[in-house]
Amino acid sequence: MHQSRLVRNIWLGIENLLLHKLRSFLTMLGVVFGVGSVVAMLAVGEGASKEALRQIQKLGSNNIIINSIKSLQEETSTQQRSRMSMYGLTYLDYQRINESFPCIHKSAPAKLIRKESRVGSNTLELRIVGTTSEWFELVPRQILAGRVFEKKDVDDLSAVAVLTEYGARKLLATKNTIGQIVRIGGDSFEVIGIIKTESGQAGNIQIPDQQVDAYIPLITIRKYFGDVFTKRTSGGSIRELVELHQIIVQVDNTENVESTAAGIERMLQNFHKKKDYEVSVPLTLLKQAEATKRTFNIVLGSIASISLLVGGIGIMNIMLASVTERTREIGIRRAIGAKRSQIIVQFLIETVVLSTIGGIVGLAMGIIIPIIITYFSSMPTVITLQSIILPLFISIGIGIVFGLYPAINAAKVDPIIALRHE
Amino acid sequence: MKDLKVRARKKENNKQCKTMDIVRFNNIYKIYEMGAEPVKAIDGISVAFQKGSFWAIMGPSGSGKSTMMNILGCLDRPTSGRYFLEDKDVSTLNDDALSDIRLRYIGFIFQSFNLIPQLTVQKNIELPLYYLGWDAHKSAERAKELAEKVGLETRLNHRPAELSGGQMQRVAVARALAAEPHIILADEPTGNLDSHTGNQIMELLASLNKEGTTIIMVTHEADIAAFARNRLHMKDGLVERIEGN
Ligand SMILES: Nc1ncnc2c1ncn2[C@@H]1O[C@H](COP(=O)(O)OP(=O)(O)O)[C@@H](O)[C@H]1O
Ligand SMILES: [Mg+2]
Repeated sequence: MHQSRLVRNIWLGIENLLLHKLRSFLTMLGVVFGVGSVVAMLAVGEGASKEALRQIQKLGSNNIIINSIKSLQEETSTQQRSRMSMYGLTYLDYQRINESFPCIHKSAPAKLIRKESRVGSNTLELRIVGTTSEWFELVPRQILAGRVFEKKDVDDLSAVAVLTEYGARKLLATKNTIGQIVRIGGDSFEVIGIIKTESGQAGNIQIPDQQVDAYIPLITIRKYFGDVFTKRTSGGSIRELVELHQIIVQVDNTENVESTAAGIERMLQNFHKKKDYEVSVPLTLLKQAEATKRTFNIVLGSIASISLLVGGIGIMNIMLASVTERTREIGIRRAIGAKRSQIIVQFLIETVVLSTIGGIVGLAMGIIIPIIITYFSSMPTVITLQSIILPLFISIGIGIVFGLYPAINAAKVDPIIALRHE
Repeated sequence: MKDLKVRARKKENNKQCKTMDIVRFNNIYKIYEMGAEPVKAIDGISVAFQKGSFWAIMGPSGSGKSTMMNILGCLDRPTSGRYFLEDKDVSTLNDDALSDIRLRYIGFIFQSFNLIPQLTVQKNIELPLYYLGWDAHKSAERAKELAEKVGLETRLNHRPAELSGGQMQRVAVARALAAEPHIILADEPTGNLDSHTGNQIMELLASLNKEGTTIIMVTHEADIAAFARNRLHMKDGLVERIEGN
C-alpha cells in the first residue's frame, strides 16, 4: 500500500516530465555529464591502479630487490687509470643480509653475465642468471617443460640450465627440448627446464627476469666463468669484478618490508665505501600508485563535484520555474486537501526522478566511454561495482538536495492566491 | 445589550445545530491589514446553514462573498470569531488539520473549473481519492461511477483542453463529489458558462442537493440563485438579508 503510493508518485513524476520532453532532457544534461565523467574517470583511474598492482605483483609485493650499480665515481676513475673496476654486492653482503634480518625468509643472489650461446647452428646472446633454487620461488613463473633446478643441482655444481620460452624457441628447434645440450661460452650445459617470463618495468624497477635469460646454479657459474668479466666498450675493454649483480629477498610480512629495506640500506652503507648498490622496494611503488590514485581521486572528485553542482543548480532552476508555472495546480491540490508535506513529496520525487534518470543515462555514458578508450588506446579501464553504485546514490542525493528548495516553495503556495491566479 | 443578544442567539444556535446545522459562524471577522485603512472583508457575521440546505450567497462585487466561501471552505482562517463545522470548532486548526477537513468534508467547484490540465478526466476525478490514500483500482472504479453520474463516461481519457466548458465543469462536479463531501462550495459555478450549459450544471447541483448534499453557492445571477432554496444577500462584509423557506 505504502509502496504502491511511492510507485504512483514516481509515475506521476515521470508523466509530468514527459510533458516537457526536451526541457526535461536539457535539464538532466548537467547530471548526465557529471555522472558520466565521474564513472569514466573512475574507470580510467581504477584501470591504471590495477595495472600498477599487476606490475608490482610481478615483482612480488613482499620482495626487496637490491642491485649492484656502477657509481659515477667508479665510472670516471676506471677510464682514467686501472682497467679493472670493482664494485657492487658481494657474497659477504648476501650472507650478512641473511644473517642479520630474521624476518627475511627467502632470498636469492644473482650473478648476471652476457654470453653467446649455441645449439647446433642456432646462436643467441643470453643473459646468464647464476642463482640458487630460491630464485624460482621469489620470481615465480610458470614452468612450461621439465623442471627448475633444485638445491641438489646447486650443491652438486651441476652444469644444468633452465631456459626461457623465448630462448628455447630461438635455440632449440626440435621438439625434444629437455635434455639437450646448450653451449654457453664454450662450456656445455644440459637443458633441464623451460619457463615463461614476464617482461617490462613497474615504476622505475626492472622486472627481475628477461626474455633472454638462462638460469644456471650460481656456484657452477663461478666455477666455469669466475668473477671477473671483460666488458667491451667503444674505447677498448674494461675488466669488471662484480660478485653479485642482484639480491632478491622476501620478507615474511608486508608490514616488515619497509623497515627491512631501510635496515639493509643502513647495513650496506656501513660496509660499502661507495654507493654501488641500490635497494628497491616494489611495495613503495604500490604505495606510490595508491598515493597517485588518491590525488587523482581528489582532482576527479573536485571536477565531478563542480559538474554535479552545476547539474544540480540547473535542475533547481528548472524546478523553480516549474513551480511558478504550476502555481495553479498546486493551489488546486491544496484546496482539494493535499497537505504541504504531500506537495513537497510530489515535487521532490519529480526532481529525484529527473536526476536519477540523468544519473542512469550518465552511467551508461560513463561505462561506454572507458570501453571506447580501452579499444582505441589499449589503456586498461576497470568498472567496479562501487563506481556504478556511488554515482547513482549521488544523483539521487542531488535530486533531494536541489529539489528540496523548489519543493518547499511549492508547498508555501497560498491556495487562495493560487486559485485566483489566471 | 448587543452582547446579550449575541449570546442569546448563540445559545439558540447551539440547541439547533446539534440536530440541523452543518455550518455555523459565530461573530466571524476577516480583516485585511493593508496600508492605512484595514479592509473588513467580513465584518462580524453570525449565521448558520442547515444540513441538506441549498444556499445562494449574493451581493455586489467586493461585498465579501469569496472571503466568506474561503472561510467556509477552510482555505482561510477568520481574523476572529468561531466557525463550527458539524459542531467542530475549526477556526483555530492548523494547516494540516484544515487540509484534512477540506479533503473529507468539502467539495469545491470554481468559476474557472480549475482542473489540472496535464491529467486526464479520470485522474482529475480521482485526485481527492489519491490524497485519501485509496488504491488505484478502487479509485478508478469510483471515477467511472462519477463520470457516469455527470454524463462523461465516454470522456474518461480525455484531457481538460479537449472538453467544452460545460463538460469541464461536470468533471469538476464529479471531482468535488469523489470523496463524498458533506458540503459542496461553489463560487460562481456558472460564471464562465452560457446560460444553457449553466442551467444544466445547476440542474446537476440541484439533483445532488436532493440526494442530501448541502450546497452553498455564490452567484450574482437571479435565475441561477433561483435554483437555491435559501438566499443570503451580503453587503460590505455584512449579511444584508436572508430569503427563502
Ligand atoms: N487577500 C486580500 N488582501 C486584501 N484585501 C482583500 C483580500 N481578499 C479580499 N480583499 C478585499 O476584501 C473585500 C471582499 O472581497 P471578496 O470577498 O473577494 O468580494 P467578492 O467575492 O464579494 O467580490 C474586497 O474589498 C477585497 O478587496
Ligand atoms: Mg468573488
